[in-house]
Amino acid sequence: MSEKSTLRLMVLGILIASLLITVVSRLFFLQVVSSDVYTAQAASNRVHTVETQAARGLILDQVGRPLVSNRTSLIVSVDRQALRAQEDHGKAVIDRLAPALGMTPTMLSYRLEPCGKDAHAKPPICWNGSPYQPIPVAKDISQDLALKIMERRSDYAGVVASLEAVRVYPSPFNVNAAHLLGYVGPVSDSELADQKALIDAGKLDPNGPRLRRTDLVGRGGLESQYDKQLRGVEGIKRVSVNLRGSVTGTVSQTTPVAGQDLVTNIDAKLQEVAETQLKAAIDRARATKDPNGTGNYRADSGAVVVMDVTNGHVLAMASYPSYDPSQFVGGISTKEYEALTTASANLPLISRATQGQFAPASTFKIVTASAALQNGYNPSDQFDCPSSYQVGNRVFKNFESHEYGQLSLTKGLAVSCDTMWYQVAYKWWLEAGGNNPGAHPKDPVEEMSKAYGIGRRTGIDLPAESRGRVGGREFKTLQNKQLHDSWCARSRDGYPEVAKTDPHRATLLQAYAADACANGGLFRGGDAVNMAIGQGDTVVTPLQMAVAYSALANGGTIWQPQIAKGFMRSDGHVVKTIAPKKVGSLPVSQANLEFLRSAFSEVTSQSFGTGYPPFQGFPLNQIPIAAKTGTGQAGSNKQSTSWFATFAPANKPKYAVVMMVSQGGTGSKTSAPSVRKIYEAIYGIRGSSIDPARSVLFGGEPTQTFPKVTVNGEPIYPEYRDSRTTSGGGATAPSGQSPSGSPSSGLVVVPLAAGWLANKRHGRRSRTSTRSRGGTT
Amino acid sequence: MTLAYPATLAKRKSTSYLQRLDWVLVGSALSLSIIGALLVYSATKSKQIDAGLDPQSYLKKHILNLVIGLVLGVVVSRFDYRLLRAYTPILYGAAVLGLVLVLVPHVGHTINGAHAWFLLPGGFSFQPSEVAKIAIILGMSMILSEKRDAESEPRDIDVLYALGVAALPIALIMLEPDLGTVLVIACAVLAIVAVSGAPIRWLVGLVSAGVLVSFVVFRFGILSQYQVDRFTAFTDPTSNTHGIGFNTQQARIAIGSGGIFGQGLFHGAQTQGHFVPENQTDFVYSVAGEELGFVGSVLIVILLAVILWRAIYIAVRASDLFGRLVATGVATWMAFQAFENIGMNLGITPVTGVPLPFVSYGGSSMFANWIAIGLLINVHMRAKEG
Repeated sequence: MSEKSTLRLMVLGILIASLLITVVSRLFFLQVVSSDVYTAQAASNRVHTVETQAARGLILDQVGRPLVSNRTSLIVSVDRQALRAQEDHGKAVIDRLAPALGMTPTMLSYRLEPCGKDAHAKPPICWNGSPYQPIPVAKDISQDLALKIMERRSDYAGVVASLEAVRVYPSPFNVNAAHLLGYVGPVSDSELADQKALIDAGKLDPNGPRLRRTDLVGRGGLESQYDKQLRGVEGIKRVSVNLRGSVTGTVSQTTPVAGQDLVTNIDAKLQEVAETQLKAAIDRARATKDPNGTGNYRADSGAVVVMDVTNGHVLAMASYPSYDPSQFVGGISTKEYEALTTASANLPLISRATQGQFAPASTFKIVTASAALQNGYNPSDQFDCPSSYQVGNRVFKNFESHEYGQLSLTKGLAVSCDTMWYQVAYKWWLEAGGNNPGAHPKDPVEEMSKAYGIGRRTGIDLPAESRGRVGGREFKTLQNKQLHDSWCARSRDGYPEVAKTDPHRATLLQAYAADACANGGLFRGGDAVNMAIGQGDTVVTPLQMAVAYSALANGGTIWQPQIAKGFMRSDGHVVKTIAPKKVGSLPVSQANLEFLRSAFSEVTSQSFGTGYPPFQGFPLNQIPIAAKTGTGQAGSNKQSTSWFATFAPANKPKYAVVMMVSQGGTGSKTSAPSVRKIYEAIYGIRGSSIDPARSVLFGGEPTQTFPKVTVNGEPIYPEYRDSRTTSGGGATAPSGQSPSGSPSSGLVVVPLAAGWLANKRHGRRSRTSTRSRGGTT
Repeated sequence: MTLAYPATLAKRKSTSYLQRLDWVLVGSALSLSIIGALLVYSATKSKQIDAGLDPQSYLKKHILNLVIGLVLGVVVSRFDYRLLRAYTPILYGAAVLGLVLVLVPHVGHTINGAHAWFLLPGGFSFQPSEVAKIAIILGMSMILSEKRDAESEPRDIDVLYALGVAALPIALIMLEPDLGTVLVIACAVLAIVAVSGAPIRWLVGLVSAGVLVSFVVFRFGILSQYQVDRFTAFTDPTSNTHGIGFNTQQARIAIGSGGIFGQGLFHGAQTQGHFVPENQTDFVYSVAGEELGFVGSVLIVILLAVILWRAIYIAVRASDLFGRLVATGVATWMAFQAFENIGMNLGITPVTGVPLPFVSYGGSSMFANWIAIGLLINVHMRAKEG
């Protein structure tokens, strides 16, 4: 045979050998190098996870009244897999179920489609969860329908009626407290993406407790702030399955751990008074004619804060306008949500107490007076209080151009003289170099503002708090850094878009821009005097003012305001008590603080005080109220801001109450009467008599202890009636997990127990438990 | 198994059939068949129990197929050489007839998208394309070795004629369509033409034609969707986790999780949990990978390598060109079919649905494999005679 043939045969042999070597190399890679990866994949292949959601913790007031609780809702869910297995793909079942739920069969079938480009509808109509999970299609159905569905299995194959825990707001004494409590909503895509990043980075166990697409998480308020504690830990049951999904055994199981109950410092009764009085102040303002305008005060929004000055505990806090958190239960419609977030609805989701920023006006004099006493002025000094004061070419007037002549510091605060502070501030400004300040100009007002916590978040345990702003030199420098280029551009190019309609205004704006371009970073004399009386660029939140007045009241300690008192388990065991946190102290001597407390008490006690009229008849001799009114200018087309900042008793302070009404007129006419009502509620004052037993606070003062709970885990509070005495069945809501074999159940889907059905059939009322604790059976 | 080395036998003048057998070849093929029986049993046992059927049903049928295959192998190995050449046209005709009949509706049956099977009583099935492999190898070898002395190149007309012989059954198999078998046969054809000593232009031409055809087929969508899916599943195994991609992914998970020593026969979780579809036939290698591990998987490759080594060795030592070409054809067929099958289990070749020689469950494949061994022995024994 030819050499060529044999040679080619050899080549063939080598080719075959190389094929075999390729195979062995690949085998080595799969079985030796990356065996671990495939072993893990094989394990997840055969193990499916079934989650049981933990019951969310309750939110209680300081004596244990539930502000947020859970109730069980009857829901209908549909198992798509089971429908598809039917001969007609479940058409008959859908046609039967849809009218019972008050929808068309088409709409119901849309609800059963997984979201995506093939779906006929967008979320929330289409199904966003796992395709293997029963899809909830209706909530709060009637017991009759639930019975029908569970009894006529052949008519409703693949349809399940079950119990689901939903958030409920018991509103003791009709409190709203929406801005404190917040609400729960579905997990967002970005949260899931963040979680996935954590898992990919190996920082989170993919088989451990984690957020599921169908989970609800806190959105705003305490629900968001303490979501982790309230949510608890889901129960995870890992079952082995074969390829057809039949369960062959349980690999591991952890029982769900119910979320901890959050006990707050809020007192529901006091909160109710605060909310009512805030609304009363707003109504009062709206009934009052604005002397500087054409109509009444608009009083578009307002806030009130009640704090314990000795530890920073927030006893009540309200914001107007508010919303109903139960709107969010079971998912809010786009229309409803838009109504809550548009500017025309006046942004009811925004808490004016912690997120609203307003010029503090005369309430700011707490800062200026402290600065004066620490920087060369004495309590006995006399001040000149003319009707106006000129700085450069600008004239700064007293409120309503009053003229008081010579007066003491105390009286100056009581009558709320502005011109005396103009002089003080202008003097300091000149000492600091005037328009040619040195490298580190001394500014007592700016320093004292910071010491009182202005321009810094108070650190309250609520999300998205605003900082406020100290409108001093630092701000001017920062603002110039940010805006200098655009000012200069405007000074060069003018405002052609404004000039089209209003050439005069465009000229003014351009002149301003030219000045700002040349001197933008300069802190002028006018700025200094404005700042001294809480106008200009300084803005604060009502909560910041409450913290500041508390600090003066308690001897100089800036406490971090705290809504949460601590956490306890459903069995009453206290998991954590949150200790008061000191975040700063005032650089003011005790003697000066003492002097200021007594000076501010004359605002209400002396007939010349701005707070005297609203406190006439109040037993000030027993409970002296230290206070400061404020009437802030909020811009050219806005009405003045009404402030009333107080603490009491002035000689031995315990409480601080601050109220603010935006576009609400004066502090003394709008806010002060409401603040008086709040003090009356706290001290149990009727007329001029004091009866601690009538106090809204249980025992006459804030409760520091944690509430006790019943054996069922229900908190016991002063008005508590044992619900067992009024209930028939006595059965708690059955708890357990989803039917085995259905993976990834995010909801607490509890198949109705036979006993439950029996109860209903015999007409007995099964008690709807205020709490449903998964896995505590 | 004690194996007598054939070289020592050559010295003897007159020896018996058994003594002249290539025991290394037979031993390897037999070992593979027995391993195959165990893997098929492991793959089907729990499925059969779940379905309430005889758990040993596949094992028994596999062993029956093996016995029939052995008998066929012995018969083929003892065939008179001249008679073998004489019967080749008859075998070829039968194969072509079978390939035509299988395409007739209600006569042939479709399994996994290929219209390639006759269903027989007793749960057996038969694939005429397996017979066609042998017919093509014998037919081409006959034409390319006839009417010339061994030192000269085959004439162009002979090569053309040989290719024509191969083309008809290949075309019919394409119609089924069974792309995997077409690829295997194409490789064997190329190897036979090469070893026949045909001018290099034929080889270049054949390879170019192959590339061109593949391009046209892919570019103009001549393939059925089922075949395209199988190919794309190979390039991106996660693309279709519940179709073909699912098979390959699950097979790879099974093999990867076997590790070095495997999870033990009958104890592979993927295998026993029925996660790998078709794991008694196309994906039987995944059972070996999971339950016998790297050690067992490599053992199977080694046994295949020994068979291929013996086949090449027999081709080199063949006394005439016909024998050499037959052995070449068998070696290429076995090598490429094994590579295709193991490759798709390991995710390095497309899913083409060819069985693993001797190991996969399936009668016609088993018969064809043992007939091929019979042919190799026939050639081997004749070499000793000469």
